[in-house]
Amino acid sequence: MTESITLQIRRYRPEEEEKPVWQSFEIPRRDEWMVLDGLNYIKDELDGSLSHRWACRMGVCGSCSMVVNGEPVLTCATYLSGLGPGPVRVEPLEGFPVIRDLVSDIQDFVDKLQSIKPWIIREHEKPLSEGEYLQTPEELAEYKQYSMCINCMLCYSACPIYALEPDFIGPAAIALAQRYNLDSRDQGAEERMDVLSQHEGIWCCTFVGECSEVCPKNVDPAGAIQRYKVKATADWFKSWLMPWKTR
Amino acid sequence: MNFSELAAGKAKNPRYVLYHPKSYRKRYPIFWWLKKLPYGQFIVRELTSLAVGYVAVLLMLQVWVLSKGPGTYERFQEILATPALRILHGVVLLALIFHSITWFNLAPKALVLHLGRKRLPDAAVLAAHYAAWLVATGMVAWYLMRT
Repeated sequence: MTESITLQIRRYRPEEEEKPVWQSFEIPRRDEWMVLDGLNYIKDELDGSLSHRWACRMGVCGSCSMVVNGEPVLTCATYLSGLGPGPVRVEPLEGFPVIRDLVSDIQDFVDKLQSIKPWIIREHEKPLSEGEYLQTPEELAEYKQYSMCINCMLCYSACPIYALEPDFIGPAAIALAQRYNLDSRDQGAEERMDVLSQHEGIWCCTFVGECSEVCPKNVDPAGAIQRYKVKATADWFKSWLMPWKTR
Repeated sequence: MNFSELAAGKAKNPRYVLYHPKSYRKRYPIFWWLKKLPYGQFIVRELTSLAVGYVAVLLMLQVWVLSKGPGTYERFQEILATPALRILHGVVLLALIFHSITWFNLAPKALVLHLGRKRLPDAAVLAAHYAAWLVATGMVAWYLMRT
């Protein structure tokens, strides 16, 4: 006889209920199954109306982020067998509006990501004939950690500040801004500073630190934000002491 | 529910409008900091700032009282030696130690130092903080014992 486990899913179907409700599903408990496999089993075999996002099933796309037993995780990288005998509670990401069931509205994050200009900005592009922009391994190491972000938004879900102050730009967007600021090929730090140094930028962060704890790629957004705070403060002091050197 | 039922206005939720589904925003609980241990630790760390502020004010008060003459200072010291204040200052000391350790442990995240082209490891930044703390404490202890 196959062992089973109960998945309690927070469902929200706008045509049926005003507020989300919990629904339980009994599914087989297989050692090799991730939480996402359990959700797909429900979708395929038990209730086709269940809505959830997923794509790569290998921890790269960042689509299947959800809150499982109170922890923001990638459901494709979380073993069902590692969650005890159950029931296992699955909810959509914290801090984002829910469109349906486990599907969150991530537009706010996408807009904020755009605002920090996550691309290499050059004052003057050199001609192709001069070749590529070379980097030393040390220069690469400066930003590589931050470039591992997969936009899974688990850090937003873990951040109480984002939930309490939705205007906060948030951990991933700031970490990605740092990814470009620390890139030796980039010259756009000044442009990003206008967004990052406002209250809704780095100063909104009170350094709870959970964003870095839940990050599946060890990006350490909390570290990125604190580093930027130190830099912004140092820049302010420099501009105060040496006003002739400011832009 | 299928589409024809929804189009016929038979949605179970009477406030549902076809093609205009409402997204749901969960209200964040006021006691969010009780949800997880790290959230609670964060709140305690922030609250211990009050102890830091208290000690700073107390120190300034002591200097001010000292300027009023030895008699006033003696009386102030007697007040500080009352059991209630001794207990309070014991709690304040614990809060200061918690505050210092938690912030020191977070320091390497904010402070990225380079030696030449190499980045100093987090352990080095941490060790420098604790070493500075130890030296400062040793100097104060030496001065107090000397007098």
